[in-house]
Amino acid sequence: MQASIELDRRADVQYLLRIGDTCLILAQRLGEWCGHAPALEEDIAMTNMALDLVGQARALLTRAGQIEGRAHDEDQLAFLRDERDYFNATLVELPRGDFAFSVLRNAMVATLLKLLWERLATSSDEEVAAIAGKAVKEARYHQQHSADWVVRLGDGTAESNARMNAALKELWRFVPELFASDAVDEEARASGLGPAWSELRETWFAEMGSVLEEATLAVPAESAFLSTGKRGVHSEHMGYILAEMQHLQRAYPGGVW
Amino acid sequence: MTTEQEWPLWEVFVRSKAGLDHKHCGSLHAPDPQMALQMARDVYTRRQEGVSVWVVRSDQIVASDPGDKTMYFDPAEDKVYRHPTFYELPKSVDHM
Repeated sequence: MQASIELDRRADVQYLLRIGDTCLILAQRLGEWCGHAPALEEDIAMTNMALDLVGQARALLTRAGQIEGRAHDEDQLAFLRDERDYFNATLVELPRGDFAFSVLRNAMVATLLKLLWERLATSSDEEVAAIAGKAVKEARYHQQHSADWVVRLGDGTAESNARMNAALKELWRFVPELFASDAVDEEARASGLGPAWSELRETWFAEMGSVLEEATLAVPAESAFLSTGKRGVHSEHMGYILAEMQHLQRAYPGGVW
Repeated sequence: MTTEQEWPLWEVFVRSKAGLDHKHCGSLHAPDPQMALQMARDVYTRRQEGVSVWVVRSDQIVASDPGDKTMYFDPAEDKVYRHPTFYELPKSVDHM
């Protein structure tokens, strides 16, 4: 079996992996809808989105590996890290739930990523800026498509509204983590690598607020619970998703198509 | 599921590049115009097939009856003089 790689947990690497891993893990969750979405058209839309996110993750993991300087490539970073070395927001590792849960999570994450990419387009790291310039177009579409679903289901039937409300109640607990600041954030902000996520808080709430209002859903009160995925401390779901993602590379080291 | 609860059918037209016509490329089910447009984008343009998309509700299209085929189209068969075969097209005209 292939052993785990030893990651240099320096702040700039962690900052990029937070974004890259958030894309990577959400892509894995979205991929679970392949063949299971409520309609063929939406099946394709969700897996398209998953592939966009894989593309964004690949670019960021590659760049993080270069900055780290231990010759780790995108595949090693994607498949050979231990759980504590993944820095995605906890939100994206939660099981996919029903369709309401998935589209609401997509809207929340796409809104965050769009705001991040917009700011990263002027990153002091030229490579990151170039990745962001391309990714922001994808994120804008993801945000529009998933927000449109949130509105249709929230402002739909009694059943769809009830499911959206249940999803909102569950997912909103994981929002505080997104905008909690720490040393990794501060260092990125200071060096110009990218914004502290806390800087995006106000705009994110404004954009999500207007989507939820149109969807006739009330914005829940802010939760006191603070999840910690971005610091590498994950929910009980993370081990299972990594086992599924990693087992092929672990069992057949360096295996390719 | 009854027929009334199913999403309506839409016909999708894609323009492959600026200056060309929108061409019919298929159909899909979607709940409303906005979603139909987004799904057309996802289903029919993910390999760079297009720069513009139209969607039209299939039930809004008025189609000729296949039974009328002979009456409608056969009479044109022996009227070659309707083709502009006696004109030379300038080289710069690409799409006639």
